Amino acid sequence: MIFYILRRMLAAIPTLLAVLTLVFILVRIVPGDPAIAILGDRATPDAVAALRTRLGLDRPLLVQYVTFLGASLTGDFGRSMVTNRPIMAEVAAVLPHTVDLTLAAMLVGIAVGVPAGVAAARHRNRFIDVAARLLSLVGLSFPVFVSGIFLLLVFGLHWRIFPVIGNADLNDPLDRLYKLVLPAITLGLVMAAYITRVTRSAMLQVLGEDYMRTARAKGVPARTIVWRHGLRTAALPVVTVVGLYVGILIGNSVLTEIVFNRPGLGKIIVGALGQRDYTMLQGLMVIYCFLIVIVNLITDLTYGFIDPRVKTA
Amino acid sequence: MTPLLDVAGLAKHFTQTKGFPRPITTTVRAVDGVSFQVAPGEAFGLVGESGCGKSTAARALLRLVEPDAGTVHFAGADMRAARGAALVALRRRMGIVFQDPYSSLNPRRRVGRTLAEPLEVHGLARGAAAREAAGALLEEVGLPAAAGSRYPHEFSGGQRQRIGIARALALEPELIVADEPVSALDVSVQAQVLVLLRALQERRGLAFVFVSHDLAVVRWFCSRVAVMYLGRIVEQGPVSQVFSRPRHPYTQVLRDASPVPDPARRGVMPRVVGEIPSAANPPPGCHFHPRCPRATEVCRVEYPGWTDPDGRGFACHHPIER
Amino acid sequence: MKRLLAYPIASIGALLCLLIVLGAAFAPWLAPFDPVDQNIIDRLSPPGGEYVFGTDAFGRDVLSRILWGARISLVVAVTSIAAAILVGGAIGMVSGYVGGRTDALIMQAMDVLLSFPSLILGLIVVALLGPALPNLVFAIALTAVAPFARIARAPVLSLKERAYVEAGRALGFSHARLLFVHILPNILAEILVMGSLWMATAVRTEASLSFIGLGVAPPTPTWGGMMRDGFENILDAPWLSIWPGLAILALVLGLNMVGDGLRDATDPKLTQ
Repeated sequence: MIFYILRRMLAAIPTLLAVLTLVFILVRIVPGDPAIAILGDRATPDAVAALRTRLGLDRPLLVQYVTFLGASLTGDFGRSMVTNRPIMAEVAAVLPHTVDLTLAAMLVGIAVGVPAGVAAARHRNRFIDVAARLLSLVGLSFPVFVSGIFLLLVFGLHWRIFPVIGNADLNDPLDRLYKLVLPAITLGLVMAAYITRVTRSAMLQVLGEDYMRTARAKGVPARTIVWRHGLRTAALPVVTVVGLYVGILIGNSVLTEIVFNRPGLGKIIVGALGQRDYTMLQGLMVIYCFLIVIVNLITDLTYGFIDPRVKTA
Repeated sequence: MTPLLDVAGLAKHFTQTKGFPRPITTTVRAVDGVSFQVAPGEAFGLVGESGCGKSTAARALLRLVEPDAGTVHFAGADMRAARGAALVALRRRMGIVFQDPYSSLNPRRRVGRTLAEPLEVHGLARGAAAREAAGALLEEVGLPAAAGSRYPHEFSGGQRQRIGIARALALEPELIVADEPVSALDVSVQAQVLVLLRALQERRGLAFVFVSHDLAVVRWFCSRVAVMYLGRIVEQGPVSQVFSRPRHPYTQVLRDASPVPDPARRGVMPRVVGEIPSAANPPPGCHFHPRCPRATEVCRVEYPGWTDPDGRGFACHHPIER
Repeated sequence: MKRLLAYPIASIGALLCLLIVLGAAFAPWLAPFDPVDQNIIDRLSPPGGEYVFGTDAFGRDVLSRILWGARISLVVAVTSIAAAILVGGAIGMVSGYVGGRTDALIMQAMDVLLSFPSLILGLIVVALLGPALPNLVFAIALTAVAPFARIARAPVLSLKERAYVEAGRALGFSHARLLFVHILPNILAEILVMGSLWMATAVRTEASLSFIGLGVAPPTPTWGGMMRDGFENILDAPWLSIWPGLAILALVLGLNMVGDGLRDATDPKLTQ
């Protein structure tokens, strides 16, 4: 088992290096000089040269590359071109908001998705199943910014139950929770849709297995069968969804943050785009990619724990 | 007489690397130095238990799997040195028939298309002429020419195997490599397909490399046979001699294990001892010694050399006396 | 067709898509107004009356903009996914067919591409290259290449071992013929089903980028851009967000229903 973990971690290293290389290339194939892009066309040559030196753009490409690799691997993603604050500091400042949102959305997704998926599988091709499948299809077809705005229109503006702006005071737990409700539902419904589908198909597969048929033949009540084995099988779909759709989740959380005007990684990205803050964009992209690689690693390892059939040899 | 096919020292090893942190590489010697010759028009059998490497050997002849060592000469031309167009030209003169009549035909193509395609690829015929040729091929294997407009799933296993044979004949080869061509068929259908193959052999003067685990089939169809065990040939010679008076103990075991439709000889119990060892980890010395009733000390240490007294050969320290 | 009707979900989805395609195709005749024509006197008119879906902050007719906006969504979705299928499918098929180290290397590269969150990748590519239609198509295609490489590769791994492919090799068929004439037809259905599901994702991504402000530049109408306009006027004119939102939902849902229904129809595992 320990070797399995080690091997998976080793296998992630080339991926990380390649990701870094790709980011490096991507940011450097931009047409035009980033220094001019930041300072504008009318900047004096001296100012441009000074900025180029500060950003390290005057050094040979290979030196830039090695410096970038080394710094990134030690967790130093550079400084913002605009505010000159370390990118890690900017990210750390808003991270609690993003973590709040992600965890709350996950809870909503599990609370809605797992029971819905189990119910759909138990009543296959009956009304509940058809309804669950259609609703989950609708759920994952909703772009979050559309569903977010719809929720905002209904609960924020029409009924005025929830706030329109989600900039919560981190030290006030009630305020934090209150402002989390709509964003968490917005993001959670998409997760619920994915989890419903994956849970349903996993349950259907389990229900068709021989040992389940044996249990039924022995007269074990259907409820017991589904919940005893179901709960364990439900863990796998949730892990699968997280691993498979982490990229989509990240994109969706960015959009949710924009719609509800919440501080978070998404808002930083959009701000950096507006200000053409290339170092910030580069740093954020690296952070996101690391996140995905790590989540994939963790889901792989979790599979090993939950499902003994996954080969650990 | 010059042989049509001359195989010498043919070998194919599969390696697999597994394990962490210390990877262990295991080498499976699927084919480990196989040599034989096939004369024009001759049916040559290759028999052995499953996993002995006979199918791999057959595929290596056409370089469908790339051999690791040895030489294959077809009508004097070096198969292994051939590249590109030369290889295609050589392969054209050899056909192959597969065991599984279900996976050997493309399910999405009409049978007629499957048969006409090789002709078109090699520029031998196209359009109506290719369709006509496909119909003629179907008739040659005992199916109506109209069958060409149907899909493989509309045929039975035996009929599919006939179609597979027709495809192997399309380019008018001189040799057919038949890899367990009747093993997947019902016994009654087996006989029909064998009769068809025999008729084709006589009419077209075809040579065969006939791979099978079924001694009765080989005895009926082939004139010479090689017995394989764990990647190597252990005995070789005319079918009648090899099976009626085996010199290698393994051949004897194999023969005794195969049912003989003769009540008078009932009751001879097969003398197989133990399991077939893994080709990844063959026993030292003679591969067969753990299962051999005649094994002595020398068999445990040294692989026996090839003795070829009178047109038939064997590799055994203690051959059965004649 | 008969088979399609047996799958109501797919047919309803196809109908939805068909309506939107027709609306986009006949936009010049169907749209009551010019989509970029500003009519300041009638700005922010609520739905009903002359302007069925209302007008936006510049007095432009929302219905006309939705009809014309469908064109951008459809063009981006179709071209980006077609490109992703061509490039990704070819990479995956060749990689699976060749096998060995080459395959391992290519798939490792695809994994790298997969570890970029698609919206963020699209966002950054468009931000770097500039918000224009070709850049949008390129960015979205880039996010879908790796998935299609994987989808195409998996079945090739087993198909290339089929005896009929081996028979083709023995008969002297070229690798290109085996790959494209014999293997491709067997995976085409699966790729096209995934294509419609990925088109749904492409529509969503395009709309999201436009919503963030990285879509086709105004005044060209795009659904995501209209959502953005609506979001800015959310207090005064909720209809500005509702209509384009419903339009996006309808197209994404339609494509997803088609893909989902077809997958059920083509997957033998599900029809027990």
